Amino acid sequence: MKLLTHNMLSSHVRGVRQGFPLGLKATEVKVNTVDFNQEFVARMIPKLEWTALVEAADNLGHLSDLPRELVADYESNEDFLRKVHHVLLEVEVIEGTLKCPESGREFPITKGIPNMLLNEDES
Amino acid sequence: MTMTSKRAARTCDILGKMAPSSNSIMKRYLLLLAQENFEFRLPEITSLLSIYGGQFSSQPENPEKSPFWILNIPSEDVARGLMKRTVCAKSIFELWGHGKSSAELRKSLMSYPLEKMAPYVQPDSTYKINIHTFNKTLTQSEKITKIEDLAFLSLKGKVNLKNADHIFFLLEDYGLDPNNIPDQPLDVFFGRWIANGQRELINSYSVKRRHFIGNTSMDACLAFIMSNHAKVKENHVVYDPFVGTGGLLLSSAHFGAYVCGTDIDYNTVHGIGKASRKNQKWRGPDENIRANLRQYGLEKYYLDVFVSDASKAIWRKNMWFDAIITDPPYGIREATRKTGSQKEIIKTETCDDSHIPVSSNYHLSDIFSDLLNFSAKYLTRGGRLVYWLPVYRPEYTEEIIPRHPCLKLISNCEQTLSSHTSRRLITMEKVKEFEDDDQYAHLMDYQYKQYKGHNSFREKYFSGVTKRIAREERETHTQANE
Repeated sequence: MKLLTHNMLSSHVRGVRQGFPLGLKATEVKVNTVDFNQEFVARMIPKLEWTALVEAADNLGHLSDLPRELVADYESNEDFLRKVHHVLLEVEVIEGTLKCPESGREFPITKGIPNMLLNEDES
Repeated sequence: MTMTSKRAARTCDILGKMAPSSNSIMKRYLLLLAQENFEFRLPEITSLLSIYGGQFSSQPENPEKSPFWILNIPSEDVARGLMKRTVCAKSIFELWGHGKSSAELRKSLMSYPLEKMAPYVQPDSTYKINIHTFNKTLTQSEKITKIEDLAFLSLKGKVNLKNADHIFFLLEDYGLDPNNIPDQPLDVFFGRWIANGQRELINSYSVKRRHFIGNTSMDACLAFIMSNHAKVKENHVVYDPFVGTGGLLLSSAHFGAYVCGTDIDYNTVHGIGKASRKNQKWRGPDENIRANLRQYGLEKYYLDVFVSDASKAIWRKNMWFDAIITDPPYGIREATRKTGSQKEIIKTETCDDSHIPVSSNYHLSDIFSDLLNFSAKYLTRGGRLVYWLPVYRPEYTEEIIPRHPCLKLISNCEQTLSSHTSRRLITMEKVKEFEDDDQYAHLMDYQYKQYKGHNSFREKYFSGVTKRIAREERETHTQANE
């Protein structure tokens, strides 16, 4: 699972009001090289929850010089966009868990794929 | 007066009479369409023109049948852009002349402005003329005569059949009835070839060559048509809530969109378990959605896939997709499932990873109302939902197409499956922001009658099939006994 996707996910356990962000724990992280696409990264930034992204990257030990604050002129700042690209698309959780911040329910990540299914009594 | 100056005079005359309008900057192009997936062609080309620019010269007379449409397009680049996307059109030509007979074509070509021809008829260039006929095959000598008849065009370049700088086409339409082919064509066109469409993708993305497939993998041509109907563009984010083996993600990724999907089936998402291919029992270690994208050099567009229930939104607020493209399960070749309580829940001792929550039947009516609600909520404004709706033909009326106040119906194309069933490709565009869940609940209720109750489509489908098989068997028996 990539951190871009993590930034879009929320817990849907019954009764939970604040399901974002999901706590991220990883036992295996892999860094894959992905072609840099400046336009795409710049397009994603306004849609991100920046603080959650920084926390998730920090959690995995892959903050990789990503500034804690979003820079103002990011669209033309290639150096900055490359760092965002790395964190969003290249760092992947292979094995680990996603934890609902309110209910504590954990969703397993296996072979890079999160399992978001809930049990009968949770949904 | 020489021939040339006469022609020039006539040209000035025509230009002088032309009222200044937006059309004056548009050039006329001729589109040659493939004769299949008829209903899907007009929405495809219309969607692509709305991305790249251009419009129909006039609504095609017979858009669902004729292979020739005339378009007004602002530039050759736009025409090329269109052809980089279409799988319904074969080629596009800069239209130099058009008529209902050879004489009319000649007249029309004589009035085509010389300055527009000039760059392509220079003495130092090479050219060739091809002939394309529809609904008739010409002999070689007939073709040569037709080419000789075009000598008045004074193409000054040298003929080069193998590697010409400019390729001209004479295109003749002999109508749609193969049992009644006229002597003379009904429509004749002449133009300069610009580009071919993406018909070869149908072959290169064929399910037969694909690494990872399922029982219901989408035909490659239809998958590309879906991405075109959805107006997928570079850097878009495209989502498939019933992703299966990811066939619909491939076409969007091919057009430069980033893709993600979910499916309730753990084994499918992980690419494990029984294979769908004949002569292969189990899936190999590298049969998964990501490997499919990799096979076509598209792995960089892979975002993620999840094991998840389409009836439960796992996305946060203020999240959006540019397009949602999907083929929901109808419960014919694949089960429709969602998680949830059943009367008797078998309690498992431990809830570890291997626990698969009990699935209950997911009614078709709920699938469609959930899908529309989800799209209304999570599509960006102007974003499109493209999905297949199963239809029991004897009872079909347009009213059964599910609606949503935030979504505008753009197109609705039928693909016939049997005498009594078909599926319709529905394209909707988000035109209004979603306000809150409860507001829409009652509005939509009445439209899902067809899919309500005991999954009525499935029941009708199977009852129809059963009846047909029974009838066919009776007939075979009767024949055998005669």
